Order: sequence, then C-alpha cells, then structure tokens
Amino acid sequence: MARYALRRLASIAVILLLVSGIVFTAIHVLPGSAATLILGEYATPGALRTLERDMGLDRPLLVQYATWVGEVISGDWGTSLAMKQPVAAIVAHRLRNSATLAAAAFFVVVIVGIPLGTLAALHRGRPLDVAIVSATYIGISIPEFVTGLVLLLVLAGPSVGWFPTSGYEDISAGVGLWARHLVLPAATLTIILLAHVVRQTRSGVADVLAAPYIRTARLKGATERRVVLRHALRNGLLPTITVLALDLGYLMGGIVVVEEVFAYPGMGRLIIYAVQNRDVPLLQMCALVVASAYVLANFAADLVYAWLDPRIRYS
Amino acid sequence: MKFESLAFLVGGVALVLVLALTVLAPWVAPYVPTDQHVLDRLKPPSGRFLLGTDQYGRDLLSRTLVGGRAALVLGVGAVLLGLSLGVPIGLTAGYFGGRLDDVVMRLVDAMLAFPALLLALLIITALGASTGHALLAIGVANVPGIARIVRSVTLSLREAEFVLAAGARGEGHLYVMFGEIFPNVLPSVVVEATIRIGFAILAGASLSFLGLGVQPPQADWGVMIREARQYAFESSWPMVAPGVALGVTIIAFNLFGDGLRDRLGAA
Repeated sequence: MARYALRRLASIAVILLLVSGIVFTAIHVLPGSAATLILGEYATPGALRTLERDMGLDRPLLVQYATWVGEVISGDWGTSLAMKQPVAAIVAHRLRNSATLAAAAFFVVVIVGIPLGTLAALHRGRPLDVAIVSATYIGISIPEFVTGLVLLLVLAGPSVGWFPTSGYEDISAGVGLWARHLVLPAATLTIILLAHVVRQTRSGVADVLAAPYIRTARLKGATERRVVLRHALRNGLLPTITVLALDLGYLMGGIVVVEEVFAYPGMGRLIIYAVQNRDVPLLQMCALVVASAYVLANFAADLVYAWLDPRIRYS
Repeated sequence: MKFESLAFLVGGVALVLVLALTVLAPWVAPYVPTDQHVLDRLKPPSGRFLLGTDQYGRDLLSRTLVGGRAALVLGVGAVLLGLSLGVPIGLTAGYFGGRLDDVVMRLVDAMLAFPALLLALLIITALGASTGHALLAIGVANVPGIARIVRSVTLSLREAEFVLAAGARGEGHLYVMFGEIFPNVLPSVVVEATIRIGFAILAGASLSFLGLGVQPPQADWGVMIREARQYAFESSWPMVAPGVALGVTIIAFNLFGDGLRDRLGAA
C-alpha cells in the first residue's frame, strides 16, 4: 500500500507541474501583456517598457515560468491588481467559504444518493426505478443557474422568505444564521451531483447483484438485508467513490455559477471577479488552487479505492 | 416497450422538434426578437404574447425560438472544434503507442485536471468575452476528453487482424489510421459527440449567464436568464421559457446519446 501511494504521489507531482504550466501558458502566451492591463490602454510605450522590465516580463518565458513556480512554492503569491491586497490572503479566506459549501453539498449527496441508487438497483425495471432514473435525467440536464433561481424565487421570495436571497454569514455569527445561508446554494449543487451518484450507485449495485456470489449468499439463507448491506454494497459502491472524486471537479465548475447566483463569497465568485477585471495574478492563483484541489482529491480517492480493493495495488 | 427504447424515442422526437424549431425560428417567430413593445413590459402570457414579454417588452416566444440558434451553434460548434483536435490526437496516441502515447496522455490527464468551465474561463480572460471566444474556449475544454475516448478505442483495435493486414499490405500510417481504424472508432465518437453537445450547450449557457459568452441584445437562452434574474421578483415569466428550452434540449441530447450507445454498442 505504501509503495502504491508513493508511486501515485510521484505522478501527482508531475501532473501538478503540468497544471501550473497550462495556467501559465493560457495567461502569458496570449495577446495583451500584464503591463498593459495595469497601466491601461493609453499608457506611453516608454512607461510600458519600464514596467515590463520591473515585472520581468521582458525575460524569456521559461525563465518567467520558473520564477513564478519558485514564488508560488515559497508562498509569495503576488498582489491582486484589482483589490490591491495579497493574493494568498484573499484566496485562503474564499477557499474556506467554498470548502464549507462543497462539504455541505457532498454530505447531503452521500447521505441521500447512495440509498436512492441502491433502492433503484433493487427495484430494477419497476416503476420506482423508472421514476428515480427519470429524475436523474432531469437533474443532470437543468443548468445550475436555473435550479438556483427557481429555488431562490420559491423559497426566498418576499412572500415566503424562509432563506436569505444571498450572501454568507460566518459560523461565529450564530449556527442558525450560518446554516440558513448555506441551504439554497448547497441544495442547488446537490441536485446535479445527486443525479451522478444515484446513477453510478444504481449500475454498480445492479452489476454486483447479478454476480454468482450474491446467489450463493441468498442460497445459504442470508437475509435480504444482509445480502444487500454486507455483500452487495461493499463491492457495488467502489465505482461510486471514483464518481464522487470526479464530481469534485464538476463541483468546482458548478460552484462558479452557484456562487454567482447566490452572491456567495467563495472561490467561484472570486474567479468571476478576476475574469471580469482581468486580474491576472489573482486569476492564475485561483485556477492553480482549484485545479490542485481537484488533483489531490482524485489522489485521495485512488488511495481509498486501493485500500478497499487490493487488486488495484498490485496491478 | 422497454424503458430504454422509450427514452431513446422520446429523446429523438424532442431532438428533431428542437432542431426544426431552431432552424425555422425566424419564420415561426411571431415578432422580431429585438423589437421592443415599450407599453407591454414584463407582461404575463396572453393572446398577443403567448409566453409574455421581458423588461423591454420584447416577445419572449420569439426570443426563445431565435435564442436556440445561438445556443445550438455554440454547442455544436464547440464539439466540432473539440472533435477536429481530439480525434487526431487520440488516433495518433493510440495507434503509435509507446513513448508518444505516454507523453500525450500525461498532457491530456493534466488538462482533464481542470474543471472544464475553469479552462474556458482562463481562455476567455485572455481573449475577452464574445460568442466566438466562448465557442473556442468550450471547444478546447472538450479536446482532452474526446482524445481519451478515441485513444482507448484505437488502442483496442491496434492489434486487430484487419489493421495488421493493412500494415502487411504496405499501407501508410495515415491510411491505416483514418481509412481502417477511424471507421471503427466512429460509433463511439458519434455517441460521445451527441452527449457532449448537450453539455457544451449547458456550458455555453452558463458562460452567457455569467456575461462571458453571447452578448446582449442578441437573443440567447443564457443571456435571457441573466437579464430575467434582475426582474425575477417582479415577474418570473421571462425565466420560464429559456429555462425550459435549455432543460428540454439538454435532456434530448442526453437521452438520444444514451440510446445510441445501447444501439451502436459503442464504448
């Protein structure tokens, strides 16, 4: 297991390096330099050259890239052009808010999605299954900003007003207030994730239920409850772990839209802010942090998977 | 009828309907989508305006019909772009294998480490917000996923007898890749593309909703919902039509794609 983890860790390091390369390339190889962004379009050529020299933009791209990677690793994340604050501080604060939202959504998805998917697998082809599968098609196909706005109109409108329409309160302001701000954005994220998890659980469990060892378990007289919980779920849920990790990547895209709908101060809104203001130092770190989080989450999922299924470790 | 066949049928019919309405939109739409009927702002559905009007008094039915064009062009265009790059990359990596495959797939994995929307946002920041750039951004974000699928199918065909026979006949690499392997990869590509168009439409609508895709006053579902949002508590009608249209279109592509997968036996 330790050897497997080390081997995977080495490939993660390579992927993270490539990810940073993609972020750097996407931003630096394209037209319009950072100096133009800072000084505006009416800057004199002389002022532009001076600033470019000060910022090191006149050096070869590879040197710039190496310098940037060195600074990122040493914790110097630069200063946001639009907010005039250190990027590291802003990102740390926003990342915490987004992580809270993501955790809330994930918690609900696991608690609701796995039982629902199992239920569908047990009732395969019958009305309950058809209803659940149809619901997942709807869940997967309606954009987050539509579900979000519908929830907003129905549950936060002036006539009902159960939940606040926007914003976020820290947990120190009171657990009730904190939770009420989380409900609608988390619910919006949950709907699409739920569809993924239910589908994967359904097909995973259904495959396992058809396996000979399940028949053996039934024939030896195990109760249905024991067959499902102890024999089927153990193997049937393995692929669901992969889907959960992949969903984390979806979550990071979805969070951009959902945070915008509910004016939730997290990474997603920060990214939109950076895009709208063309705040390059802020945007490149946001992108790097989000992509790294995704890569690390997949690494964690691989480890859990390998721990649960010894066949993977030795392949 | 089995549930799967029914789903395929429903998806196919919905898809034909959406495509027909979108192509015929300018002739079917009762009004010009950008015409403002200033005295009829934010009206609920009525005999004159079947789906109501928006904040400038523009007819929502006309805007939704015509708005489908922008959404479909964006979705289909982005996937075509993704295919034009992803298919050759996947074919080459899978066919030649070895070191080349290792290097290409590492890069593909790194690109897949980006949530697609994030990659699109990076590209749009650099280029600026417009329909064309949104198409480019979503197209590029689709490349690694398509390359991965094509590569894995190609890999499974590499040692097939008809491929070895073509090699033994002395055919060139290009001919073997595109003349022998590609036709057998095609079913998987068609299924993958169909499902991806649905998600590309969703991504395009998301970008337009964020103000980073199609720009007003052009009618587009994402733009319409973005505009409707500001008046949502006064009238929620402007949100209904584009929201339903988006949902139906994406469901249609998904159902049809899944049905095709079962039928074609694709990966």
